[in-house]
Amino acid sequence: MVPLTPDIIINPISALGRYSQLLFHAFGAVTEVASYRKNLWRQMVKVGLDSLPIVMLAATFSGAVSTVQTSYQLVSPLIPRSIVGAIITSSMILELGAVVTGFILAGRVGARIAAELGTMRVTEQIDALETMGLNSVGYLIVPRVVAGVVMFPVLYIAACFCGIGGGMLIGELGGFVPLEEFIYGAREYFQPFDPIFGIIKSLVFGFLITSISCFKGYYTQGGAEGVGRATTQAAVASCVFLLLADLILAVLLL
Amino acid sequence: MIRVSHVNKSFGDKHVLKDVSVDIPEGETIAIIGRSGSGKSVLMKHLIGLMQPDSGSVTVDGIDINAITYAELRRVRRHFGVLFQGGALFDSMNAFENVAFPLRTFTEMTEADISRVVKECLAMVELEDVGAKLPSELSGGMQKRVALARAVALQPRYIIYDEPTSGLDPETSNTIDELIRNLADRLNVTSIVVTHDMHSVLNIADRAAFIYEGRMHWTGTIEALHHSDDQILKAFVTANEYKIGPS
Ligand SMILES: Nc1ncnc2c1ncn2[C@@H]1O[C@H](COP(=O)(O)OP(=O)(O)OP(=O)(O)O)[C@@H](O)[C@H]1O
Ligand SMILES: [Mg+2]
Repeated sequence: MVPLTPDIIINPISALGRYSQLLFHAFGAVTEVASYRKNLWRQMVKVGLDSLPIVMLAATFSGAVSTVQTSYQLVSPLIPRSIVGAIITSSMILELGAVVTGFILAGRVGARIAAELGTMRVTEQIDALETMGLNSVGYLIVPRVVAGVVMFPVLYIAACFCGIGGGMLIGELGGFVPLEEFIYGAREYFQPFDPIFGIIKSLVFGFLITSISCFKGYYTQGGAEGVGRATTQAAVASCVFLLLADLILAVLLL
Repeated sequence: MIRVSHVNKSFGDKHVLKDVSVDIPEGETIAIIGRSGSGKSVLMKHLIGLMQPDSGSVTVDGIDINAITYAELRRVRRHFGVLFQGGALFDSMNAFENVAFPLRTFTEMTEADISRVVKECLAMVELEDVGAKLPSELSGGMQKRVALARAVALQPRYIIYDEPTSGLDPETSNTIDELIRNLADRLNVTSIVVTHDMHSVLNIADRAAFIYEGRMHWTGTIEALHHSDDQILKAFVTANEYKIGPS
Protein backbone atom coordinates (compact mmCIF):
# COMPACT_ATOMS: atom_id res chain seq x y z
CA MET A 1 0.00 0.00 0.00
CA VAL A 2 1.30 3.46 -0.86
CA PRO A 3 0.66 5.87 2.00
CA LEU A 4 -1.15 9.08 1.11
CA THR A 5 1.53 11.31 2.56
CA PRO A 6 5.09 10.04 2.26
CA ASP A 7 7.31 9.73 5.33
CA ILE A 8 9.60 12.42 4.03
CA ILE A 9 6.82 14.93 4.68
CA ILE A 10 5.25 13.31 7.73
CA ASN A 11 8.46 12.78 9.69
CA PRO A 12 9.68 16.38 9.82
CA ILE A 13 6.19 17.58 10.71
CA SER A 14 5.81 15.09 13.52
CA ALA A 15 9.32 15.92 14.76
CA LEU A 16 8.45 19.61 14.75
CA GLY A 17 5.29 18.78 16.67
CA ARG A 18 7.16 16.87 19.33
CA TYR A 19 9.85 19.54 19.49
CA SER A 20 7.31 22.28 20.14
CA GLN A 21 5.55 20.10 22.67
CA LEU A 22 8.80 19.56 24.54
CA LEU A 23 9.51 23.30 24.53
CA PHE A 24 6.00 23.97 25.74
CA HIS A 25 6.56 21.62 28.69
CA ALA A 26 9.92 23.22 29.32
CA PHE A 27 8.43 26.70 29.49
CA GLY A 28 5.77 25.35 31.80
CA ALA A 29 8.54 24.21 34.13
CA VAL A 30 10.53 27.46 34.06
CA THR A 31 8.98 28.52 37.35
CA GLU A 32 10.29 25.45 39.19
CA VAL A 33 13.58 27.26 39.65
CA ALA A 34 14.34 25.48 42.92
CA SER A 35 14.59 22.14 41.18
CA TYR A 36 17.27 23.23 38.72
CA ARG A 37 19.12 26.18 40.23
CA LYS A 38 22.18 24.11 41.05
CA ASN A 39 22.06 22.47 37.65
CA LEU A 40 21.80 25.83 35.91
CA TRP A 41 25.08 27.01 37.36
CA ARG A 42 26.84 23.79 36.36
CA GLN A 43 25.46 24.06 32.82
CA MET A 44 26.51 27.69 32.47
CA VAL A 45 30.05 26.67 33.35
CA LYS A 46 29.94 23.74 30.93
CA VAL A 47 28.40 25.68 28.04
CA GLY A 48 30.23 28.93 28.61
CA LEU A 49 33.49 28.74 30.45
CA ASP A 50 34.58 25.39 29.06
CA SER A 51 34.02 26.52 25.47
CA LEU A 52 35.69 29.89 25.90
CA PRO A 53 39.28 28.89 24.96
CA ILE A 54 38.37 27.13 21.73
CA VAL A 55 35.94 29.88 20.71
CA MET A 56 38.61 32.51 21.33
CA LEU A 57 41.16 30.51 19.37
CA ALA A 58 38.87 29.95 16.39
CA ALA A 59 37.71 33.57 16.34
CA THR A 60 41.26 34.93 16.51
CA PHE A 61 42.28 32.81 13.56
CA SER A 62 39.24 33.60 11.45
CA GLY A 63 39.78 37.33 12.09
CA ALA A 64 43.43 37.03 11.14
CA VAL A 65 42.78 34.98 8.03
CA SER A 66 40.01 37.33 6.87
CA THR A 67 42.38 40.28 7.26
CA VAL A 68 45.06 38.66 5.13
CA GLN A 69 42.58 37.62 2.46
CA THR A 70 40.76 40.95 2.36
CA SER A 71 44.04 42.82 2.02
CA TYR A 72 45.01 40.47 -0.76
CA GLN A 73 41.74 41.07 -2.60
CA LEU A 74 41.83 44.86 -2.24
CA VAL A 75 45.12 45.56 -3.94
CA SER A 76 44.01 48.73 -5.75
CA PRO A 77 45.89 51.88 -4.73
CA LEU A 78 42.57 53.73 -4.99
CA ILE A 79 41.16 51.93 -1.95
CA PRO A 80 42.45 53.10 1.40
CA ARG A 81 43.87 50.33 3.62
CA SER A 82 41.57 51.39 6.42
CA ILE A 83 38.72 49.74 4.52
CA VAL A 84 40.17 46.41 5.57
CA GLY A 85 39.65 47.35 9.23
CA ALA A 86 36.07 48.34 8.48
CA ILE A 87 35.32 45.11 6.65
CA ILE A 88 36.86 42.82 9.26
CA THR A 89 35.19 44.58 12.15
CA SER A 90 31.74 44.58 10.67
CA SER A 91 31.89 41.06 9.28
CA MET A 92 33.13 39.78 12.62
CA ILE A 93 30.31 41.53 14.49
CA LEU A 94 27.61 40.81 11.93
CA GLU A 95 28.43 37.30 10.89
CA LEU A 96 31.66 35.55 11.78
CA GLY A 97 31.62 36.04 15.56
CA ALA A 98 28.23 34.40 15.95
CA VAL A 99 28.64 31.74 13.28
CA VAL A 100 32.09 30.59 14.38
CA THR A 101 30.85 30.39 17.97
CA GLY A 102 27.72 28.62 16.76
CA PHE A 103 29.55 25.91 14.87
CA ILE A 104 31.88 25.27 17.75
CA LEU A 105 29.02 25.07 20.21
CA ALA A 106 26.99 22.82 17.92
CA GLY A 107 29.84 20.34 17.81
CA ARG A 108 30.96 20.72 21.37
CA VAL A 109 27.95 21.55 23.48
CA GLY A 110 25.21 20.18 21.24
CA ALA A 111 26.84 16.79 20.91
CA ARG A 112 27.57 16.65 24.61
CA ILE A 113 24.01 17.52 25.58
CA ALA A 114 22.56 14.89 23.24
CA ALA A 115 24.98 12.23 24.47
CA GLU A 116 24.26 13.05 28.11
CA LEU A 117 20.49 13.07 27.82
CA GLY A 118 20.53 10.13 25.42
CA THR A 119 22.51 8.04 27.88
CA MET A 120 20.18 9.05 30.67
CA ARG A 121 17.24 8.02 28.52
CA VAL A 122 18.51 4.59 27.49
CA THR A 123 19.76 3.75 30.98
CA GLU A 124 16.33 4.71 32.37
CA GLN A 125 17.74 7.56 34.46
CA ILE A 126 15.08 9.88 33.03
CA ASP A 127 12.40 7.40 34.08
CA ALA A 128 14.02 7.26 37.51
CA LEU A 129 13.93 11.06 37.83
CA GLU A 130 10.26 11.10 36.95
CA THR A 131 9.49 8.32 39.39
CA MET A 132 11.20 10.26 42.13
CA GLY A 133 8.90 13.18 41.63
CA LEU A 134 11.05 15.43 39.45
CA ASN A 135 9.79 16.97 36.27
CA SER A 136 12.54 15.66 34.00
CA VAL A 137 11.91 18.31 31.38
CA GLY A 138 12.30 21.08 33.92
CA TYR A 139 15.25 19.46 35.62
CA LEU A 140 17.24 18.51 32.52
CA ILE A 141 16.19 20.75 29.66
CA VAL A 142 15.45 24.15 31.19
CA PRO A 143 18.91 24.65 32.74
CA ARG A 144 20.65 23.62 29.53
CA VAL A 145 18.60 25.90 27.28
CA VAL A 146 18.79 28.82 29.69
CA ALA A 147 22.56 28.32 29.97
CA GLY A 148 22.80 28.35 26.17
CA VAL A 149 20.78 31.54 25.81
CA VAL A 150 22.71 33.31 28.56
CA MET A 151 26.21 32.14 27.68
CA PHE A 152 26.12 32.34 23.88
CA PRO A 153 26.13 36.15 23.79
CA VAL A 154 29.03 36.16 26.23
CA LEU A 155 31.00 33.84 23.96
CA TYR A 156 29.96 35.88 20.95
CA ILE A 157 31.32 39.07 22.48
CA ALA A 158 34.57 37.33 23.33
CA ALA A 159 34.73 35.97 19.78
CA CYS A 160 34.28 39.47 18.31
CA PHE A 161 37.05 40.95 20.43
CA CYS A 162 39.38 38.08 19.61
CA GLY A 163 38.58 38.12 15.91
CA ILE A 164 39.09 41.86 15.55
CA GLY A 165 42.18 41.63 17.74
CA GLY A 166 43.56 38.85 15.58
CA GLY A 167 42.93 40.94 12.50
CA MET A 168 44.70 43.97 13.95
CA LEU A 169 47.62 41.88 15.06
CA ILE A 170 48.24 40.15 11.76
CA GLY A 171 47.55 43.38 9.86
CA GLU A 172 50.26 45.19 11.79
CA LEU A 173 52.77 42.37 12.15
CA GLY A 174 52.34 41.04 8.64
CA GLY A 175 52.46 44.51 7.12
CA PHE A 176 49.00 44.27 5.55
CA VAL A 177 47.28 47.14 7.37
CA PRO A 178 48.91 49.48 9.86
CA LEU A 179 47.18 49.40 13.24
CA GLU A 180 46.07 53.07 13.15
CA GLU A 181 44.45 52.65 9.77
CA PHE A 182 42.70 49.47 10.88
CA ILE A 183 41.28 51.23 13.92
CA TYR A 184 40.39 54.31 11.90
CA GLY A 185 38.45 52.21 9.41
CA ALA A 186 36.73 50.22 12.11
CA ARG A 187 35.56 53.43 13.82
CA GLU A 188 34.64 55.31 10.69
CA TYR A 189 32.26 52.68 9.36
CA PHE A 190 30.93 51.39 12.68
CA GLN A 191 27.14 50.93 12.77
CA PRO A 192 25.63 50.91 16.27
CA PHE A 193 22.99 48.42 15.12
CA ASP A 194 25.58 45.80 14.15
CA PRO A 195 26.37 44.58 17.65
CA ILE A 196 22.67 44.61 18.54
CA PHE A 197 22.01 42.42 15.53
CA GLY A 198 24.86 40.15 16.63
CA ILE A 199 23.46 39.83 20.14
CA ILE A 200 19.99 39.01 18.82
CA LYS A 201 21.57 36.38 16.61
CA SER A 202 23.50 34.97 19.58
CA LEU A 203 20.37 34.59 21.64
CA VAL A 204 18.65 32.75 18.80
CA PHE A 205 21.66 30.52 18.12
CA GLY A 206 22.11 29.70 21.79
CA PHE A 207 18.47 28.73 22.04
CA LEU A 208 18.47 26.67 18.84
CA ILE A 209 21.61 24.67 19.56
CA THR A 210 20.69 23.72 23.11
CA SER A 211 17.01 23.09 22.50
CA ILE A 212 17.57 20.98 19.38
CA SER A 213 20.23 18.93 21.14
CA CYS A 214 18.04 18.46 24.20
CA PHE A 215 15.24 17.32 21.92
CA LYS A 216 17.45 14.80 20.13
CA GLY A 217 18.89 13.50 23.39
CA TYR A 218 15.67 13.40 25.35
CA TYR A 219 13.92 11.24 22.76
CA THR A 220 16.82 8.87 22.14
CA GLN A 221 15.80 5.30 21.40
CA GLY A 222 17.71 2.09 21.10
CA GLY A 223 20.71 1.66 23.34
CA ALA A 224 24.27 2.79 22.74
CA GLU A 225 23.72 2.93 19.00
CA GLY A 226 20.78 5.25 19.55
CA VAL A 227 22.93 7.55 21.67
CA GLY A 228 25.51 7.72 18.90
CA ARG A 229 22.82 8.52 16.36
CA ALA A 230 21.29 11.21 18.58
CA THR A 231 24.70 12.79 19.10
CA THR A 232 25.52 13.17 15.41
CA GLN A 233 22.00 14.24 14.57
CA ALA A 234 22.13 16.90 17.27
CA ALA A 235 25.34 18.39 15.91
CA VAL A 236 24.21 18.26 12.30
CA ALA A 237 20.68 19.55 12.93
CA SER A 238 22.05 22.37 15.11
CA CYS A 239 24.35 23.50 12.30
CA VAL A 240 21.64 23.31 9.65
CA PHE A 241 19.09 25.26 11.67
CA LEU A 242 21.75 27.74 12.70
CA LEU A 243 22.48 28.55 9.06
CA LEU A 244 18.80 28.77 8.30
CA ALA A 245 18.21 31.12 11.21
CA ASP A 246 21.23 33.15 10.13
CA LEU A 247 19.69 33.76 6.74
CA ILE A 248 16.21 34.47 8.06
CA LEU A 249 17.51 36.98 10.61
CA ALA A 250 19.61 38.72 7.99
CA VAL A 251 16.64 39.06 5.66
CA LEU A 252 14.34 40.24 8.42
CA LEU A 253 16.60 42.62 10.31
CA LEU A 254 19.14 44.05 7.89
CA MET B 1 -4.40 -1.72 44.98
CA ILE B 2 -3.36 -1.43 41.37
CA ARG B 3 -5.72 -2.38 38.59
CA VAL B 4 -4.60 -2.67 34.98
CA SER B 5 -7.51 -3.13 32.66
CA HIS B 6 -7.51 -3.87 28.95
CA VAL B 7 -4.29 -2.00 28.25
CA ASN B 8 -3.02 -1.86 24.69
CA LYS B 9 0.28 -0.31 23.76
CA SER B 10 2.06 -0.07 20.42
CA PHE B 11 5.32 1.51 19.33
CA GLY B 12 4.91 2.39 15.69
CA ASP B 13 3.41 -0.71 14.13
CA LYS B 14 4.74 -2.95 16.89
CA HIS B 15 1.90 -4.05 19.15
CA VAL B 16 3.63 -4.72 22.46
CA LEU B 17 0.83 -4.99 25.04
CA LYS B 18 -2.37 -6.64 23.87
CA ASP B 19 -5.44 -6.22 26.03
CA VAL B 20 -3.51 -6.75 29.27
CA SER B 21 -5.49 -6.85 32.50
CA VAL B 22 -4.19 -7.65 35.95
CA ASP B 23 -5.15 -6.81 39.53
CA ILE B 24 -2.49 -6.30 42.15
CA PRO B 25 -4.09 -6.37 45.60
CA GLU B 26 -2.70 -4.54 48.62
CA GLY B 27 0.05 -6.34 50.48
CA GLU B 28 0.63 -9.00 47.89
CA THR B 29 3.82 -9.93 46.10
CA ILE B 30 3.15 -10.58 42.47
CA ALA B 31 5.72 -11.84 40.00
CA ILE B 32 5.36 -10.72 36.42
CA ILE B 33 7.08 -13.37 34.36
CA GLY B 34 7.68 -13.85 30.69
CA ARG B 35 10.36 -14.19 28.09
CA SER B 36 12.73 -11.43 27.10
CA GLY B 37 10.96 -8.90 24.91
CA SER B 38 7.47 -10.02 25.93
CA GLY B 39 6.61 -6.58 27.31
CA LYS B 40 7.28 -6.89 31.03
CA SER B 41 9.21 -3.64 31.37
CA VAL B 42 6.67 -1.83 29.22
CA LEU B 43 3.86 -3.05 31.48
CA MET B 44 5.81 -2.02 34.56
CA LYS B 45 6.24 1.50 33.16
CA HIS B 46 2.49 1.78 32.74
CA LEU B 47 2.01 1.20 36.46
CA ILE B 48 3.64 4.52 37.35
CA GLY B 49 2.59 6.56 34.35
CA LEU B 50 5.99 6.54 32.65
CA MET B 51 4.16 5.26 29.60
CA GLN B 52 0.55 5.92 28.67
CA PRO B 53 -1.66 3.18 27.26
CA ASP B 54 -3.12 3.62 23.78
CA SER B 55 -6.35 2.25 25.22
CA GLY B 56 -7.38 0.79 28.54
CA SER B 57 -6.60 2.18 31.98
CA VAL B 58 -4.36 1.88 35.01
CA THR B 59 -5.76 2.78 38.40
CA VAL B 60 -3.80 3.09 41.63
CA ASP B 61 -5.91 3.15 44.80
CA GLY B 62 -8.91 3.93 42.62
CA ILE B 63 -7.25 6.85 40.81
CA ASP B 64 -6.91 6.60 37.05
CA ILE B 65 -3.32 7.76 36.71
CA ASN B 66 -3.72 8.80 33.12
CA ALA B 67 -6.65 11.08 33.84
CA ILE B 68 -4.98 13.29 36.45
CA THR B 69 -2.72 16.33 36.36
CA TYR B 70 1.04 16.08 36.51
CA ALA B 71 1.07 17.38 40.09
CA GLU B 72 -1.40 14.71 41.14
CA LEU B 73 0.57 12.02 39.36
CA ARG B 74 3.58 13.14 41.34
CA ARG B 75 1.67 12.58 44.56
CA VAL B 76 0.78 9.07 43.42
CA ARG B 77 4.40 8.35 42.56
CA ARG B 78 5.41 9.36 46.07
CA HIS B 79 4.08 5.94 47.15
CA PHE B 80 6.21 4.01 44.70
CA GLY B 81 9.74 2.76 44.84
CA VAL B 82 11.15 1.45 41.59
CA LEU B 83 14.23 -0.64 40.95
CA PHE B 84 14.93 -0.24 37.25
CA GLN B 85 16.34 -3.05 35.17
CA GLY B 86 19.82 -1.57 34.86
CA GLY B 87 19.74 0.20 38.22
CA ALA B 88 19.36 3.64 36.63
CA LEU B 89 21.61 5.28 39.20
CA PHE B 90 22.36 8.91 38.36
CA ASP B 91 25.92 8.72 37.18
CA SER B 92 26.79 12.28 38.12
CA MET B 93 26.02 11.54 41.79
CA ASN B 94 27.72 9.23 44.24
CA ALA B 95 25.92 6.33 45.91
CA PHE B 96 24.98 8.37 48.96
CA GLU B 97 23.47 11.19 46.91
CA ASN B 98 21.60 8.67 44.79
CA VAL B 99 19.91 7.15 47.80
CA ALA B 100 19.30 10.58 49.29
CA PHE B 101 17.71 11.85 46.07
CA PRO B 102 14.08 10.74 46.64
CA LEU B 103 14.29 11.90 50.25
CA ARG B 104 15.30 15.36 49.04
CA THR B 105 12.67 15.65 46.32
CA PHE B 106 9.74 14.26 48.27
CA THR B 107 10.36 15.21 51.91
CA GLU B 108 11.48 18.13 54.04
CA MET B 109 13.83 15.97 56.10
CA THR B 110 16.89 17.56 57.69
CA GLU B 111 20.34 16.66 56.40
CA ALA B 112 21.04 14.72 59.59
CA ASP B 113 17.91 12.61 59.15
CA ILE B 114 18.64 12.06 55.48
CA SER B 115 22.15 10.93 56.31
CA ARG B 116 20.81 8.49 58.91
CA VAL B 117 18.21 6.99 56.56
CA VAL B 118 20.67 6.68 53.69
CA LYS B 119 23.14 4.87 55.91
CA GLU B 120 20.42 2.50 57.11
CA CYS B 121 19.37 1.75 53.55
CA LEU B 122 22.93 1.15 52.38
CA ALA B 123 23.54 -1.09 55.38
CA MET B 124 20.45 -3.06 54.47
CA VAL B 125 21.99 -3.98 51.12
CA GLU B 126 25.33 -4.57 52.85
CA LEU B 127 27.06 -1.66 51.19
CA GLU B 128 27.60 0.75 54.06
CA ASP B 129 31.10 1.67 52.84
CA VAL B 130 30.39 2.74 49.27
CA GLY B 131 28.53 5.99 49.93
CA ALA B 132 31.28 8.15 48.44
CA LYS B 133 31.71 6.08 45.30
CA LEU B 134 30.32 7.01 41.91
CA PRO B 135 28.19 4.41 40.12
CA SER B 136 30.96 3.94 37.55
CA GLU B 137 33.25 2.80 40.38
CA LEU B 138 30.84 0.06 41.47
CA SER B 139 30.31 -3.38 40.00
CA GLY B 140 27.02 -4.12 38.24
CA GLY B 141 25.71 -6.07 41.21
CA MET B 142 26.67 -3.33 43.64
CA GLN B 143 24.94 -0.74 41.46
CA LYS B 144 21.81 -2.81 41.56
CA ARG B 145 21.93 -3.02 45.33
CA VAL B 146 22.45 0.73 45.68
CA ALA B 147 19.50 1.19 43.34
CA LEU B 148 17.48 -1.11 45.58
CA ALA B 149 18.45 0.98 48.60
CA ARG B 150 17.29 4.07 46.70
CA ALA B 151 13.99 2.42 45.77
CA VAL B 152 13.10 1.65 49.37
CA ALA B 153 14.49 4.80 51.00
CA LEU B 154 11.10 6.49 51.22
CA GLN B 155 9.42 3.38 52.62
CA PRO B 156 7.03 3.26 49.69
CA ARG B 157 3.78 1.32 49.79
CA TYR B 158 4.42 -0.14 46.37
CA ILE B 159 7.78 -1.42 45.25
CA ILE B 160 8.42 -2.41 41.66
CA TYR B 161 11.49 -4.49 40.94
CA ASP B 162 12.49 -4.90 37.30
CA GLU B 163 14.74 -7.96 37.13
CA PRO B 164 16.18 -7.53 40.63
CA THR B 165 18.38 -10.60 40.46
CA SER B 166 19.45 -10.79 36.83
CA GLY B 167 23.20 -10.52 36.45
CA LEU B 168 23.85 -11.28 40.11
CA ASP B 169 25.65 -14.30 41.52
CA PRO B 170 23.37 -16.90 43.18
CA GLU B 171 24.34 -15.92 46.69
CA THR B 172 23.65 -12.23 46.18
CA SER B 173 20.44 -13.19 44.39
CA ASN B 174 19.29 -15.05 47.45
CA THR B 175 20.15 -12.08 49.66
CA ILE B 176 18.12 -9.80 47.39
CA ASP B 177 15.22 -12.27 47.38
CA GLU B 178 15.29 -12.37 51.15
CA LEU B 179 15.34 -8.59 51.26
CA ILE B 180 12.32 -8.38 48.99
CA ARG B 181 10.53 -10.96 51.11
CA ASN B 182 11.35 -9.06 54.32
CA LEU B 183 10.22 -5.74 52.92
CA ALA B 184 6.99 -7.34 51.76
CA ASP B 185 6.31 -8.87 55.17
CA ARG B 186 7.05 -5.65 57.00
CA LEU B 187 4.66 -2.71 56.63
CA ASN B 188 2.30 -4.42 54.24
CA VAL B 189 4.26 -3.41 51.16
CA THR B 190 2.83 -4.42 47.80
CA SER B 191 5.61 -5.79 45.62
CA ILE B 192 5.67 -6.23 41.90
CA VAL B 193 8.63 -8.31 40.79
CA VAL B 194 9.35 -8.41 37.08
CA THR B 195 11.59 -11.35 36.39
CA HIS B 196 12.37 -14.38 34.31
CA ASP B 197 14.16 -16.06 37.18
CA MET B 198 11.74 -18.80 38.31
CA HIS B 199 13.92 -19.49 41.29
CA SER B 200 13.13 -16.09 42.78
CA VAL B 201 9.50 -16.36 41.80
CA LEU B 202 9.13 -19.49 43.88
CA ASN B 203 11.09 -17.89 46.71
CA ILE B 204 9.20 -14.66 47.07
CA ALA B 205 5.95 -14.39 45.18
CA ASP B 206 2.39 -15.06 46.30
CA ARG B 207 1.11 -14.91 42.79
CA ALA B 208 2.44 -14.94 39.25
CA ALA B 209 1.27 -13.27 36.07
CA PHE B 210 2.68 -14.75 32.90
CA ILE B 211 2.96 -12.51 29.83
CA TYR B 212 3.29 -14.29 26.55
CA GLU B 213 3.74 -12.35 23.32
CA GLY B 214 2.18 -9.24 24.83
CA ARG B 215 -0.88 -10.99 26.26
CA MET B 216 -1.61 -11.81 29.86
CA HIS B 217 -1.53 -15.52 29.24
CA TRP B 218 -1.93 -16.89 32.74
CA THR B 219 -2.37 -15.56 36.28
CA GLY B 220 -2.66 -17.50 39.50
CA THR B 221 -1.06 -18.42 42.78
CA ILE B 222 2.34 -20.05 43.00
CA GLU B 223 0.55 -23.17 44.19
CA ALA B 224 -1.54 -23.20 41.03
CA LEU B 225 1.57 -22.53 38.94
CA HIS B 226 3.00 -25.86 40.06
CA HIS B 227 -0.11 -27.73 39.03
CA SER B 228 -0.97 -25.87 35.87
CA ASP B 229 -1.08 -27.96 32.74
CA ASP B 230 -0.90 -24.96 30.41
CA GLN B 231 1.67 -26.02 27.85
CA ILE B 232 3.19 -22.60 27.15
CA LEU B 233 3.53 -21.82 30.85
CA LYS B 234 5.00 -25.22 31.52
CA ALA B 235 7.52 -24.76 28.75
CA PHE B 236 8.59 -21.42 30.26
CA VAL B 237 8.91 -22.84 33.76
CA THR B 238 10.82 -25.96 32.75
CA ALA B 239 13.16 -24.04 30.48
CA ASN B 240 14.03 -21.98 33.53
CA GLU B 241 14.50 -24.94 35.83
CA TYR B 242 16.78 -26.51 33.32
CA LYS B 243 18.85 -23.34 33.19
CA ILE B 244 19.11 -23.10 36.98
CA GLY B 245 19.81 -26.79 37.35
CA PRO B 246 18.25 -29.04 39.97
CA SER B 247 18.26 -27.45 43.40
N1 LIG C 1 10.32 3.12 24.10
C1 LIG C 1 10.18 2.12 23.22
N2 LIG C 1 10.08 2.37 21.91
C2 LIG C 1 9.91 1.38 21.01
N3 LIG C 1 9.85 0.09 21.33
C3 LIG C 1 9.94 -0.24 22.61
C4 LIG C 1 10.10 0.74 23.63
N4 LIG C 1 10.17 0.12 24.82
C5 LIG C 1 10.04 -1.19 24.56
N5 LIG C 1 9.89 -1.42 23.25
C6 LIG C 1 9.70 -2.74 22.60
O1 LIG C 1 8.71 -3.43 23.30
C7 LIG C 1 9.03 -4.81 23.42
C8 LIG C 1 8.96 -5.24 24.86
O2 LIG C 1 9.99 -4.63 25.58
P1 LIG C 1 10.21 -4.82 27.12
O3 LIG C 1 11.36 -3.97 27.51
O4 LIG C 1 8.94 -4.62 27.85
O5 LIG C 1 10.63 -6.35 27.22
P2 LIG C 1 10.87 -7.20 28.54
O6 LIG C 1 9.78 -8.17 28.64
O7 LIG C 1 11.08 -6.28 29.69
O8 LIG C 1 12.23 -7.94 28.15
P3 LIG C 1 13.53 -8.17 29.06
O9 LIG C 1 13.25 -9.36 29.89
O10 LIG C 1 14.58 -8.43 28.04
O11 LIG C 1 13.76 -6.94 29.84
C9 LIG C 1 10.42 -4.97 22.83
O12 LIG C 1 10.27 -5.56 21.57
C10 LIG C 1 10.95 -3.57 22.70
O13 LIG C 1 11.73 -3.46 21.55
MG1 LIG D 1 12.65 -5.65 30.80
